[in-house]
Amino acid sequence: MAGANGNVLTKIVHLPGSETIDVYRANGGYVALPEALKKSSDDLIDMVKRSGLRGRGGAGFPAGTKWGFVPKGTNKPVYLCVNADESEPGAFKDRLICAKDPHQLIEGTLISCFAIGSSRAYIYIRGEFAAEARILNAAIEEARRAGFIGKNILGSGWDCEVSVYRGAGAYICGEETGLIESIEGKRGQPRLKPPFPAVVGLFGCPTVVNNVETIACVPHIVTRGWEWFAGIGTERNTGPKLFGLSGHVNKPGVYEAPMGTNLRTLIEEFGGGVPGGRPVKAVIPGGASCPVLRGDEIDIPMDFDSLTRAGSLFGTGTPVIMDDTVCMVRAAWITARFFAHESCGQCTPCREGAGWLQRLLWRIETGEGEEKDIDTLLSVTDQIEGNTICALGDAAAWPARGFAKKFRDEFLQHIREKRCPFGGGSHS
Amino acid sequence: MLSAQARQTIEALKSSHETNQSALIPALHAAQADQGWLSAETQREVGEILGLPEQTVRGVVSFYTMFYQRPVGKHVLQVCRNLSCWLRGGHDLQRQISEKLGIADGETTTDGRFTLISVECLGSCGTAPVLMVNDDYHENLTPEAMERLLTELT
Repeated sequence: MAGANGNVLTKIVHLPGSETIDVYRANGGYVALPEALKKSSDDLIDMVKRSGLRGRGGAGFPAGTKWGFVPKGTNKPVYLCVNADESEPGAFKDRLICAKDPHQLIEGTLISCFAIGSSRAYIYIRGEFAAEARILNAAIEEARRAGFIGKNILGSGWDCEVSVYRGAGAYICGEETGLIESIEGKRGQPRLKPPFPAVVGLFGCPTVVNNVETIACVPHIVTRGWEWFAGIGTERNTGPKLFGLSGHVNKPGVYEAPMGTNLRTLIEEFGGGVPGGRPVKAVIPGGASCPVLRGDEIDIPMDFDSLTRAGSLFGTGTPVIMDDTVCMVRAAWITARFFAHESCGQCTPCREGAGWLQRLLWRIETGEGEEKDIDTLLSVTDQIEGNTICALGDAAAWPARGFAKKFRDEFLQHIREKRCPFGGGSHS
Repeated sequence: MLSAQARQTIEALKSSHETNQSALIPALHAAQADQGWLSAETQREVGEILGLPEQTVRGVVSFYTMFYQRPVGKHVLQVCRNLSCWLRGGHDLQRQISEKLGIADGETTTDGRFTLISVECLGSCGTAPVLMVNDDYHENLTPEAMERLLTELT
């Protein structure tokens, strides 16, 4: 896999047989689990809190805090759901861990279960990742034979089961309550919160849902200590991070670098710059839901807080780079089409609004637009935002608004010239 | 009719899941692997084995894009149409398939060999453009590689 370069999360992914337990153990794997089993649940949660680990699935919620929400002494089973439903355009980092280092994920899953008092984990993986699901299943069997999964793990008296649950094609199942509904065998329609999953989650029981990369960080925090993890990156944005570069870069791929690495550095040094030396026109910094940055805004640390301050979002840390041949209206339309397609249909503002955005953008792109359409578009985004059960509505609204505001002149040019000045884009 | 083996697989799923309904998605995957698609009759059979009402099964089948409610070809070609693939020629791939096989998005060739479906992001943006053939990913596809692939799939 191009670019996997790091010494923590991607340390072994380039090795032949990296998906096997032998290669994982030969490189320091399954050392963290026995150490963790000697600690108390509170100590482990405290350790993850102090490390500053924030959820890598997009929201950046502190992982230790989330774990702490599980009620103590509950008499119900506690579930851990590992979110491998990686589906947002631009995001492709979790797939690398599932395919090339599944034991890192499994060891992290087991430690996380132990910390939250759970004996049952599901790894929910998008249905299209059939090969990765097979690799994970094989790794689970290896871990079971080695005594890391099942009854009385390593003589600790603690039992834990881990299994893979394949989705069937629905972006919304990456939303944590949509994911829970899907494991229950239903349409993946998100639930109203509260109650939060930590209290009422899978099968009505306390449940923690964490992203693959979040879980993969856990064994390293146990073996190297929270101080080590907290010392990487920037303030409040700690640890190593997988950055996925795609679009117009010479070397697309997954790169490991500290949180807070400069976006321009990622593009130029890791990604090898833009093909043909063309200028960067725009970057979607962390998955399609994140508002676009202009090419003159890319000197920015890639972390949750810096991107939020810049009016965008860090998301999953997976920038899509676009050169000066790309039509911004068409890029906005492709994004809007995605969210309209993936809206689960429960909430009217999202179901109707996302489709409306898609149609308005298509009108402008094909030269049928009027100037008032830009205001209509912005007004529709205002009416979706914050008015839906889950964040998919916001995810549809933010990028449409971002493109229209950042590239208003290009939108107006489409309208005045009654055509796409890029001829539909060289990539129509 | 589901094969005896598929029925057995679905029966076994009941005991490995917390509830019969939570076995539904794995059961539908198994049924589709057996039948190629999920007809109303297949959906009814799955519902009967799991003790779930027909509307529950249909509600789930219609929600998830990987469950086919119509027959599909032997090779289902799913081309990604989203951003990263678009920037690296994904739409050209789709056009190439359409022209070579004479089918539009969603159609199946008359000989039943190919179905073309354009899909949203396949989560493989770093190796765009990407095409799935049934369960297999084909990444970093060039027009030449695409041409070869279509010839090899018989």
